[in-house]
Amino acid sequence: MTAMRVRQAIVAALADEMRADESVIIFGEDIAEAEGVFKTSEGILEEFGPLRVRDTPISEMGFTGAAVGAAMMGLKPVVEIMFIEFLGVALDQVVTEAAKTRYLSHGTLSVPMTIRASAGSGLGFGCQHSQTLEHWFASTPGLKVVMPSDAQSAYSLLRAAIQDPDPVVVLEPRILYAERGEVETGKIAEIGKASMRTTGSDITIVALGHMVNIAQDAIQSAGVSADLIDLQTIIPWDRETVLASVKKTGRLIVVEEAPLSGGWGSEIVATVSAQLFSSLKSAPFRITTPDVPVPFNGGLEARYAPTSDDVARQIKHALSQSGAPEPWWVVEGVPR
Amino acid sequence: MTTSIERRNALYGNDVACYERMVEIREFEKITNAFFAAGSIRGTTHLAVGQEALALGIASTLKPTDVLAGTYRSHAIALALGLTPHSVLGEIMGKATGCCGGVGGSMHMCDTSVGLLPTSAIIGGGMPIAAGAALAFQVQKSKNVGVALFGDGATNIGAFHESLNLAAIWKLPVIFICDNNIYGEYSRIDKTTPIEDLHNRAESYAMPHMAIDGMDIHAVRKGLAEAVECARSGNGPTFIEAKTYRFSGHSRADQALYRPDGELAMWQKRDPLLLTEQDLIARKLLTQEKIDLIKSTTEIELGALAKQVEKDPEPELSAMFSNIYTPKKVSK
Ligand SMILES: Cc1ncc(C[n+]2csc(CCOP(=O)(O)OP(=O)(O)O)c2C)c(N)n1
Ligand SMILES: [Mg+2]
Repeated sequence: MTAMRVRQAIVAALADEMRADESVIIFGEDIAEAEGVFKTSEGILEEFGPLRVRDTPISEMGFTGAAVGAAMMGLKPVVEIMFIEFLGVALDQVVTEAAKTRYLSHGTLSVPMTIRASAGSGLGFGCQHSQTLEHWFASTPGLKVVMPSDAQSAYSLLRAAIQDPDPVVVLEPRILYAERGEVETGKIAEIGKASMRTTGSDITIVALGHMVNIAQDAIQSAGVSADLIDLQTIIPWDRETVLASVKKTGRLIVVEEAPLSGGWGSEIVATVSAQLFSSLKSAPFRITTPDVPVPFNGGLEARYAPTSDDVARQIKHALSQSGAPEPWWVVEGVPR
Repeated sequence: MTTSIERRNALYGNDVACYERMVEIREFEKITNAFFAAGSIRGTTHLAVGQEALALGIASTLKPTDVLAGTYRSHAIALALGLTPHSVLGEIMGKATGCCGGVGGSMHMCDTSVGLLPTSAIIGGGMPIAAGAALAFQVQKSKNVGVALFGDGATNIGAFHESLNLAAIWKLPVIFICDNNIYGEYSRIDKTTPIEDLHNRAESYAMPHMAIDGMDIHAVRKGLAEAVECARSGNGPTFIEAKTYRFSGHSRADQALYRPDGELAMWQKRDPLLLTEQDLIARKLLTQEKIDLIKSTTEIELGALAKQVEKDPEPELSAMFSNIYTPKKVSK
């Protein structure tokens, strides 16, 4: 085990994959000489050289598409999209090209590419640089989508993503880049497999990315015994682990850092409701952001993503009542 | 209270006022930088120190009814077009008094009373929008023009090429102004772009194009006036490449250590403030004493303003839920 920051765990995963497999190449804006704006490719150019490590122009459509083509020809490109919003200009290449390549080649071509992007709110970057946007990908068959919650999962998921034979989108919570954690290098995650952060008996909480940490704080402050499932992969999500846990606890809350409408948590709540209807002790529900853009102002942004206080309030509600609680903006009656 | 439009109108035909605004921008960015360094502003910021002549050349040539779609490097152009330092600093500090009510932040300035469309933090985001605004002017048979203001790095994104092509085939009254400060983030233009004279890119869209000295307000005005005249008279778009230089790093944390030795010093000899001062002194519109006075007064005034803005109210919680959709019309 080595103590490292999340961004260093990413560097370590990239370097370990590049050492292990010559077909891994990386490119993106200011990732080579400047070593990434979030320093997630420190030392990579130096060790692996300019043939495999490249700076790109500001041409996301071009270089993401080039990764698709290079992947078809047998390379394993890893592209960095500085902020996930920038993938907007390249979405065709991801959801309509990469995700359909295997299908349209009658199974003869694969696209073993990885798209890394920073995501999430909390740092005052404003509404065009703070979204998580996993729902852009979550209903695209052919893509896999993962999100780490700490240094270990950042390392292990990235290695798994690079090794995966299909296109994988890795959404990295930007707010965690500087966080430290113990990392066992060499440990590779299984895509589609959730990880248990805590185990307990009263309630199941499913969360993703930084919300796992928020949920853990909330569980502690609410003083409850909970299964905290760090989902890690959104598609394909780990039905088995989630269903087994809710079967045991009879209660489910999903915590998401994304707008209420259209979130991945709906899929989980729907599945659990349908499959475990008779074993539920209270209504499964989601804790999300309101349906608003991410506000810049610090006080407002602090209310945007679910907070541990609010998650704790809703956990207590779930344990004492059978109906779902209202979100904070309804409880507080904020004029809308 | 001076309004944006009053501040804008003050620039026309008044070279001293334009110079004063350039000084204001320079001082303003010093304050922004200091506030960021002190941690009293969140997020990021992109200063436009060294690029004041371009902003003022644009603001004193376009009419307030013309519209401009710009980028995250937004403070200078916003102040030049007329936004008050209060509303710009208020926005950067996330205050209710900001031009976007504090929910936008440093990269997002807007004031439709002087033609500033919301600045975009996505590279290329504003270019098709400027073309679209020009399309509206064409359809509405107005004489207004649309302007896209963007960096050199933005000429490598698809939206750039698509917008130029559209504007050319539809002969839209739009002007593309590329602020070529030779860097996109930490990369010098030669690392990302096969040519440095970017105006030549317009050639393949059969669009008139020119390179201008972006450090000289007169050169900016002259080039832009020609393009505006062309657009207003129905002869379509122009591409203007303004040669400038970014005196500071790309954004807040950037020390710009990647720049070759001496490059900054060389460009600082052509500091737009310096060039304007020399010109105004030569034309006997200002004296050195008057210049010193303008600088010290601006520093004092903006310093006092900054203290005031720090105490401005934060937006209400309801601001987070506002302006997402157009309110339904209530029938009476
Ligand atoms: C689509 C997209 N990709 C990347 C970025 C990140 N980014 C912000 S500014 C910038 C450099 C832009 O350089 P240039 O166009 O020359 O403008 P300048 O910053 O020099 O004014 C980059 C890469 C972005 N905002 N949007
Ligand atoms: Mg530039």
